[in-house]
Amino acid sequence: MMQIPCPFCGARNESEFSFGGPVKPPRPEPEAVSDADWTAWLTQVPNPLGPVQEQWWHVRGCGTWLTIWRDTRSHDIVEGPGDGN
Amino acid sequence: MKQSYSALSLLRHGINRHTTWAPAWRSPPLKDRYDVIVIGAGGHGLATAYYLAKEYGLTNVAVLERGWLGGGNIARNTITIRSNYMRDASIPFYVKSVALYEEMTRELNFNTMHSKRSMIDVIQNYPMMRDRRRRQHIMDIYGSTYEQISEAEIRSRIPALTGGGPDARLPVVGGYVHTDAAVNRHDAVAWGYARAIDSMGGEIHQQTPVTQLLRGPDGRIKGVETPRGIIRAPKVAIAVSGHTTTLTETVGLKLPLRSMNLTAFVSEPVKPLIDVIVNCPDAGFYLSQSDKGELVLGGAPDPGQSFRRDIKQNVFEDTVAAMLSLFPAFKRLKLMRQWGGHLDIAHDASPIQDETDVPGLFITAGWWGGYKAIPAGGLTLAHLVAKGRPHPLMEPFTISRFRHLDYVMETGTTTAR
Repeated sequence: MMQIPCPFCGARNESEFSFGGPVKPPRPEPEAVSDADWTAWLTQVPNPLGPVQEQWWHVRGCGTWLTIWRDTRSHDIVEGPGDGN
Repeated sequence: MKQSYSALSLLRHGINRHTTWAPAWRSPPLKDRYDVIVIGAGGHGLATAYYLAKEYGLTNVAVLERGWLGGGNIARNTITIRSNYMRDASIPFYVKSVALYEEMTRELNFNTMHSKRSMIDVIQNYPMMRDRRRRQHIMDIYGSTYEQISEAEIRSRIPALTGGGPDARLPVVGGYVHTDAAVNRHDAVAWGYARAIDSMGGEIHQQTPVTQLLRGPDGRIKGVETPRGIIRAPKVAIAVSGHTTTLTETVGLKLPLRSMNLTAFVSEPVKPLIDVIVNCPDAGFYLSQSDKGELVLGGAPDPGQSFRRDIKQNVFEDTVAAMLSLFPAFKRLKLMRQWGGHLDIAHDASPIQDETDVPGLFITAGWWGGYKAIPAGGLTLAHLVAKGRPHPLMEPFTISRFRHLDYVMETGTTTAR
């Protein structure tokens, strides 16, 4: 099972966590961008073959939200986006 | 067909000790130019090439496959064919697909071992019963079948279902039967299509991964790059499931798709025990028994995006625990095999089939549970590629629906709820 590093509890089993989705770019102001850019922000998420940044909720633990980089090919938790991005 | 399959041909070739059978498809040399390139010799890619030749007379078509024929997601699913969806846009499409599957053995002269056997939804809470009744009314309009049955009838039709009694945390309260549901043999679907494409002049090239899409100076698609060289075509159709975004990003095209891993497991073979497909949405699993006697079991997808085609221990344990809550007698069954398939899911959980912003580049993607959609998905994509406009059944599923926020929110997929 994947071990997710919680900043308060250390490495804990994935089953203690709830998945919170990939991290999206900052929300643009809808009036400030074109319709195409706005709907792209609403509907598109990064889907890399490699490290992806995502949020997890330690719901069956201390309750904190945390952000990790995880390689979608191996489920290894990595330091950052790496060379691929 | 150059070589028809029948009892007579079996006898004739049998007399010759089966040494006279011709190969079911050729391995022709790869040309550097085609009218249409289909990327992916999975179910959707093969069905597309088949209907391009059969319905639209396009036979200068190459299907490029990274691995081997029938080795992708067409071999990584639970072979369930059904049309119990819940949106007006979805149901007619799946009704068509189920009908095409029922004719497939005859049409392809290849036994797909189609076995129509009903799917029973075992419901364990009342809001879900109401949801199913709503679905029943919508499905009635479009000619699909859904009937409510009592808990007693569920237990008489599935004697192995002994859990979920009145003292259980989630007692069985009733169910719905979808009599159109079926299973068949996935390899036969791939091989039958491949043989038919080949006999009409199309080509299938295995071990030919596409590494890069190529655009011309005018922005149109002009071909693909593979380790075997550059192949040119004015039209390219992508049918690669989870790797759709990986390919489209090579021409800077972003799509509202995420790739996820959906897993299934198979038990050791046992005597015939369950003759329907059992779907338990509240417990969170579904199962059927194959012709070989194995129980085929599936559950929820892995959380988070994934390009790994294996199972996670916790997902596996959750699915098995859910099954044992309703089928406690299966506790001593050994599980023999497991697999995962990475598939892509769109922002609204409905498929996307459209020409992209790159003229000449077509995608068919977001087929969450796409096995049941193979024949109709191929028919509609062939229509789109040949005619340049969506097939009427696929009109609600263009990319532009995201630009207009006109989503087809579909929770009829088994596991996406």
